Amino acid sequence: MARAVSTSRKAVNTALAWGVALLIAFPILWTFLTSFKPEPQAVASPPVWFGFDWTVRNYVDVQNQRDYFDYFWNSVILALGSTALGLVIAIPAAWSMAFVPGRRTKDLLMWMLSTKMMPGVAVLVPIYLIFIQLGLLDTRIGLVVVLMLINLPIIVWMLYTYFREIPGEILEAARMDGASLGREILYVLTPMAIPGIASTVLLNIILAWNEAFWTIVLTTTNAAPLTKFISGFSSPQGLFYAKLSAASTMAIAPILIMGWFSQKQLVRGLTFGAVK
Amino acid sequence: MSTQASRSAARLMLSPAVLILLVWMIVPLVLTLWFSFQRYNLLTPDRSGFIGFANYAEFVTSPAFWLAILNTLLLVLGVLVITVVGGILIALLIDQPLWGQGIVRILVISPFFIMPPVAALIWKNMFFNPSNGLFAEAAKAIGMRPFDFLGQAPLASIILIVAWQWLPFATLILLTALQSLDSERLEAAEMDGANAWNRFRFIMVPHLARAITVVVLIQTIFLLGILVEILVTTNGGPGNQSTTLTYLVYQEAILSSDVGAAAAGGVVAVILANIVAVFLMRAIGNNLDS
Repeated sequence: MARAVSTSRKAVNTALAWGVALLIAFPILWTFLTSFKPEPQAVASPPVWFGFDWTVRNYVDVQNQRDYFDYFWNSVILALGSTALGLVIAIPAAWSMAFVPGRRTKDLLMWMLSTKMMPGVAVLVPIYLIFIQLGLLDTRIGLVVVLMLINLPIIVWMLYTYFREIPGEILEAARMDGASLGREILYVLTPMAIPGIASTVLLNIILAWNEAFWTIVLTTTNAAPLTKFISGFSSPQGLFYAKLSAASTMAIAPILIMGWFSQKQLVRGLTFGAVK
Repeated sequence: MSTQASRSAARLMLSPAVLILLVWMIVPLVLTLWFSFQRYNLLTPDRSGFIGFANYAEFVTSPAFWLAILNTLLLVLGVLVITVVGGILIALLIDQPLWGQGIVRILVISPFFIMPPVAALIWKNMFFNPSNGLFAEAAKAIGMRPFDFLGQAPLASIILIVAWQWLPFATLILLTALQSLDSERLEAAEMDGANAWNRFRFIMVPHLARAITVVVLIQTIFLLGILVEILVTTNGGPGNQSTTLTYLVYQEAILSSDVGAAAAGGVVAVILANIVAVFLMRAIGNNLDS
């Protein structure tokens, strides 16, 4: 809505919008700031804004207390692993639904979505017991599979909405030229769908990174990602605001930056294509 | 292009996704249903067997149950009202011409990317803490007594945290919908003498209706499952003041080790989620055709 407005009106809008935006982002900005304070100054009353003794000691302390990088790598492996596994299963499924739709395709998509609505706590105990039986508790592979399963409906849906925009004639032409089905998907469809696949990957990495139910209840140390890392700060331990802030900053920074670049994909993925 | 050969190939490629989702849904659900009719407490493993609906009776008649249902409704409704109303207002604001729109958008959507335990811990310690949180400092600065948010108003405080997490989602989706609105229609209405309120009421609101429906239903699904935010801040207390249905089930399973009662609660939660899901399916299903 690029309508011509007076400069003074634009100035008022700008001031208002910046005020609201800073207010919303304030807890994050404050956390970032606090992470550089010495502990006593982090709880100073009245609060210190910028005139404190800037330090990176909190980051060093957090790293020494509990090895941040162990958790970080687990987060990376779980996010990438579950997304990759999800793609391998979802691309063929989305292909068949987008290009060879049947009478049941819509019902099937709806049903897939409905699995997403199963409350985690309702199946916590069975999943936990199954994990113990299969020796999957606190393993990366177990978590990769669970995260893949809870996000698979979203992956299939997103890919489906992207694939539908690719004209089927192109695939047909490839087939006329004698390409096998596997080649058709791998060499014709996939390159054309790269932007859509990239969006799907981005959104799923964010969702997997921030998943904080299964990753917390199914891990202890070996497979524990950053959600578990930060939960270790639940109980107060003397002066710890600055360390909590440093740990929080380290846990959220990678995905926050990634999220800034994926606003459009977020809308499309989380609304299952209903809002573009 | 659907020849017989491609049809069977399509079915073949579809089956892995369908099969694993089927297993993922059916197996735990069947087990949950099974447990819900069993006497099964991890603390007393020697006493087991079929007990009919006793677990359900116990779960539903426990003093926390109705409060938990009420709290769940309040949490969902409270967050929905704040995020939808706030989302519309903020979307309208940042859709206006202004300087630094890109940065404003980034700031506004940032809370959505914060993992739940971080959000809960930041709010609990650095804002709500009655002795040295920022809200307490603000109260002291204007000569008021600090308010113990999580102690005195636990549910409202949790609603505030969760609303903060979801406000960006609502804003972003409503903003996207707003930007797809044809500006010529607004200009035409303006020239016909429609004032700002009427333009909002008769052009924007109908245009946003679909986006609002989607926001409400998707958020509801996620909000029904809220657990970590409660676990980290209040543990459902004081008393059961901030216990939701999800938290109650978790409590039975983990703290009381009562698998049977937790399973019965799980079944109740599944039924509730499914009632919501039916509406969501209908709304999204209709949009699929258009």
